[in-house]
Amino acid sequence: MADVEQGSRPLSPHLQVYKLGLTMIVSGLHRITGVGMIVSAILIVWWFIALAVSPDYFAKVDWLLTTWIGLLVMIGSLWAFFHHLMNGIRHLFWDKGYFLDIPAVEKGARIVLFGAPVLMVLSVILIAII
Amino acid sequence: MVEFTLPKNSKIRTGKTWPKPEGATRLKTFHIYRWNPDDGENPRVDTYFVDLATCGPMVLDALIKIKTEIDPTLTFRRSCREGICGSCSMNIGGQNRLACIHGIDEEKGDVKIYPLPHLDVVKDLVPDLTHFYAQHASIKPWLITESPTPEKEWKQSIEDRKKLDGLYECVMCASCSTSCPSYWWNPDRYLGPATLLHAYRWIIDSRDEATGERLDDLEDPFKVYRCHTILNCTQTCPKGLNPAKAIAEIKKLHVERTL
Repeated sequence: MADVEQGSRPLSPHLQVYKLGLTMIVSGLHRITGVGMIVSAILIVWWFIALAVSPDYFAKVDWLLTTWIGLLVMIGSLWAFFHHLMNGIRHLFWDKGYFLDIPAVEKGARIVLFGAPVLMVLSVILIAII
Repeated sequence: MVEFTLPKNSKIRTGKTWPKPEGATRLKTFHIYRWNPDDGENPRVDTYFVDLATCGPMVLDALIKIKTEIDPTLTFRRSCREGICGSCSMNIGGQNRLACIHGIDEEKGDVKIYPLPHLDVVKDLVPDLTHFYAQHASIKPWLITESPTPEKEWKQSIEDRKKLDGLYECVMCASCSTSCPSYWWNPDRYLGPATLLHAYRWIIDSRDEATGERLDDLEDPFKVYRCHTILNCTQTCPKGLNPAKAIAEIKKLHVERTL
């Protein structure tokens, strides 16, 4: 093998071929929601700053954040929050060494995957009532 | 670094479709990754047809049949054909398996075979594991003692010996490490599940006297802590071991010794 130029060796496929499993998806979403919430946090802070600046400025920002696209981002962030929170609780148990066998991690992944949207809908209903 | 796409020289092309065997009664289709270091071309996926009526039950049986009867240039590692040597690990149907103990009938539809993910390919299904072995060596996978060597063996209670169950069975096939996205993005600094499982195996060995040093070596932002409990390792281990649990136990020991 000494005569093979090693630099030309291809990299074997990874994401392109690997089967997406439940636990992998939930973990990926944990990362994505974690980063995504930074964006929504900035938006919310901007909202509050606008409130302190002037009524006119607030009206502009408030309009933007309550357009359908703004609402979509905000409601999406609610889901992100619950996904990250629920999965974070899973991480706490894992750090104690619990629930790391395959049936438990599969079950946990399902609970997070379906629980977060449910909590999101409940929150939206709650906000709408108030 | 996270890179979602393959480098230019690694992009996969459609390869050759090999002729069907004559008089076959139970045809199964195999799509297999090919790369030849000598022709200067990109990797490709070739299609082969195997008659299951005259083939053994495992994926390795089919690979050997293809090599013997259809295409002698197909290259793969294999040895024990009973899941103990760890040579024939590869990505089968999207998960890392040992070809010798993975039944062809476990794959519904066509069988897709690639080398272990995110490694340099030496040829076809043979990846370069040099770095993987170097990482294993880096955790000193042997008994370290200071006490004088006993006249006979180093003794261990039955309870202490039991702690090694689920760890000592690892055959170093690299299925877990190469299934791990954290290992894909940080193979240089993250040790990966296989090496960490071995590290834990020596940490909890009651006869070993370097437990503290072993834990010190691992207390590093990358070596252990790139593990984000994605759990691909445990999902894929062909021996049914639980590297994710072993890593969690190492993290626990790091915390416990500061309390």
